[in-house]
Amino acid sequence: MEINKDYAVQMRGISKFFGNFQALDSVDLDVKKGETHAILGENGAGKSTLMNILYGLYGADGGTIYLNGEPVYIKNPSVAISYGIGMVHQHFMLVEKFTVLQNIILGNETTDKFGIINMRKARKKVIEIIKRYGMNVDLKKKIRNISVGMQQKVEILKALYRGAEILILDEPTAVLTPQEVDELLEIIENLKKDGKTVIIITHKLKEIKKSSKECTIIRKGKFVDCVNVKDESEQSLAEKMVGHKVKLLVDKEKATPGDVVFEIKDLNVKSHRGVDVIKNLSMSLKKGEIYGLAGVDGNGQKELMEALICRLYVESGKILINGKEIQNTSTRNVLDSKISIIHEDRHRYGCILGMSVADNAILEKYREKPFNANGFLNYDERDKYTEKLIEKYDVRPSKCKYTKIRNLSGGNQQKLVIGREIENDPDLLIAIQPTRGLDVGAIEYVHKVLIDLRDKGKAILLISLELDEILDLSDRIGVIYDGSIVGEFDQKEANEQNVGLLMAGGKNNDEEHI
Amino acid sequence: MLNNILIAITITLMYSAPLTLAAIGGVISERSGITNIGIEGMMSIGALTGAAVGYFTQNPWFGLICAGIAGGLLALLHAVASISCRADQTVSGLAINLIGPGLAMFLSRYFFSGATMTLPVPVKLPKVVDPIYFQNTPFSSLSIDASVVIALIVVIVTSFVLYQTKWGLRIRAMGEHPAAVDTLGVSVYKSRYTCVIISGILAGLGGGTVTLAIISQFTPTAISGQGFIALAAVIFGKWRPIGAYLACLLFGFSQALVILLGGGSIQIPSTLLAMIPYILTIAVLILFVGRSSAPKAAGVPYKKGER
Repeated sequence: MEINKDYAVQMRGISKFFGNFQALDSVDLDVKKGETHAILGENGAGKSTLMNILYGLYGADGGTIYLNGEPVYIKNPSVAISYGIGMVHQHFMLVEKFTVLQNIILGNETTDKFGIINMRKARKKVIEIIKRYGMNVDLKKKIRNISVGMQQKVEILKALYRGAEILILDEPTAVLTPQEVDELLEIIENLKKDGKTVIIITHKLKEIKKSSKECTIIRKGKFVDCVNVKDESEQSLAEKMVGHKVKLLVDKEKATPGDVVFEIKDLNVKSHRGVDVIKNLSMSLKKGEIYGLAGVDGNGQKELMEALICRLYVESGKILINGKEIQNTSTRNVLDSKISIIHEDRHRYGCILGMSVADNAILEKYREKPFNANGFLNYDERDKYTEKLIEKYDVRPSKCKYTKIRNLSGGNQQKLVIGREIENDPDLLIAIQPTRGLDVGAIEYVHKVLIDLRDKGKAILLISLELDEILDLSDRIGVIYDGSIVGEFDQKEANEQNVGLLMAGGKNNDEEHI
Repeated sequence: MLNNILIAITITLMYSAPLTLAAIGGVISERSGITNIGIEGMMSIGALTGAAVGYFTQNPWFGLICAGIAGGLLALLHAVASISCRADQTVSGLAINLIGPGLAMFLSRYFFSGATMTLPVPVKLPKVVDPIYFQNTPFSSLSIDASVVIALIVVIVTSFVLYQTKWGLRIRAMGEHPAAVDTLGVSVYKSRYTCVIISGILAGLGGGTVTLAIISQFTPTAISGQGFIALAAVIFGKWRPIGAYLACLLFGFSQALVILLGGGSIQIPSTLLAMIPYILTIAVLILFVGRSSAPKAAGVPYKKGER
C-alpha cells in the first residue's frame, strides 16, 4: 500500500527485539482516517508491543511510522501525545487515591501562574468533552471507588483531554460486563462520528465483528493479513490468528449429574480489612457437573476462594465436602479432603517460578510416599512422575523436567499445574480463570481436560471473569454479585444478556451523575 | 510556671527545627516513590559541613548553605543507586547511613588535627526572638532561632507545592503509580532525582541547624538518631508535610521534657530521661506503622517499559 495522507497511521517494517527474542518481525499496519481498525492476534503475538511502539513507550529496532502520510519519529509518549495519539492500556494507568478529575489532568494540568492548578477551569474543560461524547462520569469520585467500566471511561477521557485524534484501546473489553461492552462500543461509535481514528487490540472475534471495518492479523510477531471484517467469518478470523483449524465451540455431551458432593451453606466471611465480603452465600455441586461462577472482578470471588482454603476466617456458615465440614480447619486439611485447586495467578500461587518443573510437579505430594523416603526426597520417583505428567498433559518442550518452570511458556506452565491437580484425583476441582493468558490452542486443550474430568464423574467449580468461557463450559451457572449468589441458570437458559444483567447487579451502572 | 512553659516552647521549637527539615525531606522523597532511610547519614554530613564551614568562614549562613549542598550530594548517591541502578532502596539508604557519619568523622579528623569534633563556630545562626529584648520582663526565657522560622517556611511551601501545583500532583502520582505518570509523558526518573536530591538538601540543612543553632560545634554524637526520629515523624504524619511537622513538634517537646524534668525537684537519672524521645519514637512506630497509608510505589524500583 502507498504511503498516503488518507491514512491516519501507517507502519512499515516494524521490528522489535527483547534480548534475543524477536517480538516483531517487519510488521506493516495501515489505518484509515476516521475508522475503527482492529488488531487481532493471540496472547504474545506482539499486538501490544506494536502499539506501545506507536505510543513511544518502546523504541522500534527497525521500520518507519507515518502519520497522515508524513514520516515521524516517536521518541516517547510526550511526542506521541503531541501528534494526537492517545492510548488506553490494558492495565489501567490510574492513580487509585486520586479523583477522576486529578487523573485526567495529570501531566497536562490547567494552571495559573507559578504552576498552581486551576481545578475550576480544568473541570469545565473536561465536562465539555464528557458532554460531547455522551459519557457518564463523576469527576469528584476517587478511582478506587468506581467500577472498572467507569475507570476505562476515565482512561478514554484522559486521551481526549489531551486532544487525541488517534485512540489506541488495548484489550478494552477484557474486564467489562456485556452491558459495559455495549456502552463502550457506543462511545467508539461517537468518537468515529467526530472524525477520530480508533485502533482496538483484541483477541475477541465477536467484538471485531461488531466494532471494526478493517482488521490486521498478527501471528508470532509477523504480519499475516489485513482484511475487510465483513468478508470474514469468526471462524476464518480465528484460523488466520492461530494458523491452523480451530474449534471455537466446546464439544461436550449433556451432563449426567449424580449426588451432591460439595456444598456451601449460608457462608459469611469478612475480608482481611474486616469488611463483609461474602454474605449468606449458598451453593451446591453435584458429581459430574461443571458449575460456572460468573461475576465481575471484586464481588467476592477471591475471598470465597480464600475462605475455602482457610486463609480467611469463616464467621458463620458451613463448607462441606462429601458431608464433612472443612471451614476454619487448615489448608492442608482442605487439600487432603479431595479438593484440588487451579489458582488464578499461577505465578503467585500455582507454582514456584524459581524451581524446576520436577520440583513443581511434586509440590503437594513431596511428603507422601514414594517421593518421601523416610524424610529424604526420592529424586528418581520424582523424575519418573514428572515425566509421566509431561507426557500425559503434553507439556512442551518434552525434556523439561530440570528446566526452571519460569522458562516455560504460560500455556505449558498451566498444563503442568492442571495435570498436577488432576492427578490428585480430586472429587472437586476448583478452576479459577484456568485459561487466562493462554492462546487458543492451549485454551482448547484445557477445556477438553476439564470436560473429560467431568465425564469421569467429578465436580468442577469454574470461576472466571470471561463470561464466554463460563457460558460455553458450564452445565450450571451461578452469578456472584456483592458476595452473594444472585441467580442460577441452567446452561440452556443462560445467555450473555440475562447473566450479564445480574453480574452488573441487576441494573445498569448509570446511576452516577456528573 | 510561665517561665517553665516558655522554656518548654523554646526547647520544643529549637529541637523540632532540624527534625522538621529532615522529615519534610523524607516526605518529599517518599511521596515521589523513593524510600529514604538514609536521612540520618545525610544529616551527619550536613552537621559536619555546617560546623566546619561556619568555623572557617565565620559565617553561619554560608555554613548552612554548604550543609545543604553536602546532604544533597550524598542524596545524589542514593538517587543514582536506587533510581538509575534500581538497587534495593533500604540497602542503599543503609549504606548512606554508614557513609555519612564515617565521612563526617574522617573530615573532622582531617581538618581539625585529628579531633573527632570541630572547634566551636564563632557566630551561631541568629535568633529571631532573642531573650536580650525581654530582659527583666516575664518573657526573658523565650528564644526562637532563625532555623525555627526556616523550618516553618519549608513546611508551608512544601505543603503548598504538593497540594496546589502541577509538580505536586505529579510527585504524588509518582509515588502511587509511576507508570501512569510516565505514560502521560512526564519523566519519572528526572522528577524522582529532583525529589531525592531536595530531600538530601533538607536533611543536610537539618544537620546544619543542629551544629549552627543548637550546639555550636560538630561532635560524634551531634546527630544520634534524629534522622530516624524524622523518619518516624514522616510515618506518624501520614506522609503529609503538616502532619510530619506536628509529629516533629511532639518529638521536640519530648526533648523539652528531658531537660525540664532533669532540672525538676524529683531526681530522675539523666540517662533514663535521655531515653524519652527514643522511646516515644518506638511507641509511635509500633502504634502507627501498620495503619498509616504509605505511598503505594515507595520502595519499588521503577523500570520504564517493564515487560
